[in-house]
Amino acid sequence: MTLSHAENASKFIADESRTDWHNDTLWFIRSKRDKAAHNLPEWELLRDKASAIKENTLNHLSDYLIEFEKNALSNGIKIHWASDGHEHNQILLSILKKNGITKMVKSKSMLTEECHLNEFLEKNNIKVVDTDLGERIVQLRNEMPSHIVLPAIHLKKEDVSITFEKHLDAEKGNHNPVYLTRVARKELRSHFFQSEVALTGVNFAVAETGSIVVCTNEGNADLGVHSANVHIASMGIEKVIPKAKHLSVFLRLLARSATGQPVTTYNSHFTKPLPGKELHVIIVDNGRTRQLAQPDFRGSLKCIRCAACFNTCPVYRRSGGHSYHTAVAGPIGSILSPNIDKKKNADLPFASTLCGSCTNVCPVKIDIHNQLWKWRQQLMKEGYGPVSKSISMKGMAWVLSNPSIYRFAGKFARLVMRLIPSMLGNKYFNPWYKQREMPAPPKESFREWYLKNKN
Amino acid sequence: MCFKLKVKLFIPCYVDQFYPKVGVATFELLKKLGCEVEYPLNQTCCGQPMANAGFNHLAASCSDLFVENFDGDDYVVCPSGSCVLHVKEHVLENQSAGKLHGRVLELTEFIHDVLGVKDLDAYFPHKVGYLTSCHGQRGLHLSSMSELVVPAYSKPEKLLRSINGLELFFPSNYDECCGFGGTFCVTEEAVSVKMGKDRLTAHLENKVEILTGNDMSCLMHLEGIIRRNNHPIAVMHIAEILNKSLN
Repeated sequence: MTLSHAENASKFIADESRTDWHNDTLWFIRSKRDKAAHNLPEWELLRDKASAIKENTLNHLSDYLIEFEKNALSNGIKIHWASDGHEHNQILLSILKKNGITKMVKSKSMLTEECHLNEFLEKNNIKVVDTDLGERIVQLRNEMPSHIVLPAIHLKKEDVSITFEKHLDAEKGNHNPVYLTRVARKELRSHFFQSEVALTGVNFAVAETGSIVVCTNEGNADLGVHSANVHIASMGIEKVIPKAKHLSVFLRLLARSATGQPVTTYNSHFTKPLPGKELHVIIVDNGRTRQLAQPDFRGSLKCIRCAACFNTCPVYRRSGGHSYHTAVAGPIGSILSPNIDKKKNADLPFASTLCGSCTNVCPVKIDIHNQLWKWRQQLMKEGYGPVSKSISMKGMAWVLSNPSIYRFAGKFARLVMRLIPSMLGNKYFNPWYKQREMPAPPKESFREWYLKNKN
Repeated sequence: MCFKLKVKLFIPCYVDQFYPKVGVATFELLKKLGCEVEYPLNQTCCGQPMANAGFNHLAASCSDLFVENFDGDDYVVCPSGSCVLHVKEHVLENQSAGKLHGRVLELTEFIHDVLGVKDLDAYFPHKVGYLTSCHGQRGLHLSSMSELVVPAYSKPEKLLRSINGLELFFPSNYDECCGFGGTFCVTEEAVSVKMGKDRLTAHLENKVEILTGNDMSCLMHLEGIIRRNNHPIAVMHIAEILNKSLN
């Protein structure tokens, strides 16, 4: 059984110095984002624009998708539609089989993580090599990415050194990042040159031009695509934007929000296949239309996957991406994942203090913390919470809606706390008390004081 | 300050039961500032503990009780940003409580915006660390937020800075959450306490004598950690400091 976020987080925090390191590393990225944002006086206006463009896109999603398909087809791109992850994987496999291919390279695509593509391909005897450095590291370790922009942010250079020593014959004990990068580069080059198929994600699909835009800092998407004969790009339906000029809003926001860079190093536009080559785009729903139909949660589909909400989230920074047990972790993952599996992910909307920082950093103004609150309501109403919680909440609601019972219960609780402090001063029954003292119970409540002293 | 504004005190349930001194300070402070203060006797809780735990559908009778106690033309003032935010977002939105809209206010925003107090003739010679509580800040906009590219301001800070002798300190990442988060503090105990400890580290480094803020719930969480670790910091709600400094 999958452990809950709280259980995973408590294991993560058991190594406190590593937690501090993780927290500081991600806070550094948040600080870089702040600097980049504060350098643009029009920052808030850009966020408003981006949010409005996405709002319009979601309101007319089917129209824009059809426009994109029409223009892409006339550019010579092959378009496939997949209703879920399984269909996506099957379509991909059939393209590979048709071309007699058993090995492919893949640049970063959170959608393929969501579809569990690597597992599927391995079962079908296709070798897949992730070419984003962070993704390659976690792939060698047989782990999931812990962050959507920085997949191996949970690892230190010492961990990478051990991984590369084991899998890539790197020198034992050499932790030098430059050395380790060169080892990875050498290995990845051979894969780039040997692969006939390159899979990429899609950051933006422009309806007006029928082209796709892929953003990477490492240039790995381009290296893969240009040395392969077949380029397959996987995109969620929400990746479409109406016009090319809208990229001027999104590209400025994306890199600044993600890493504090003014722009991503490579923003590659793919419009048509080179002569003799193939370009396929697989457009995937996988629950997105279900989310779109829910007024409370449709806004989550505006996400451009910058991960600013990860970096700012005080809970994410202190619990690590793996504690979220989903492909997309962090605050945005906690509002996307319940839509995919309510039972498995019912704990995630509770992995937040509702501080609201995620909403404030979001470049497309998704009200993430309000959606977390709303998911809590929906999941508990539909019975995905523990029965004990529901019973205690019913009890609490009864006490708090009856003034005289509330007053009696308060007085009784304070009396018990004074007379038998061990009742609540117990680390096993009371999680508060594990690392915190209880408040000292006063003899009288405010109301009792007020009745004596109001004049 | 010759207002005779009528004010109804909304004292959060946990303040009523565990921190009556914060209620007393709020009551006395508002009287010193010239208000006529009344505490409606049948109030209990705004329903936030249920709502944040995902059970807002059980909080309807709490909401009704709130409106029953506070309905009318008077301002409703509360020494907690979090409870006020819940009332604004989830109690009043579903109620036919037209009169209450815009009349339920957090204590410092009431003093700053309604009473118009910008400068206090007060004295409090201590090193004070300020804890920014998220619901008051990001929810009620008591102060500007580090994530947004907007001009900086802070209502509670303005009041504290106007007190003679008071030295005010903020941690470097001044508006990071302390980790209380309602039921989060027990359901995610490990993260909650780690966040609280990290918040305190900055205040300990600043060698503050007193930690203050606008929400006693956040302060209760940090006080629990302070007392467990015998840290040399006292905890006072902002109402207590304002009230004491005006003596």
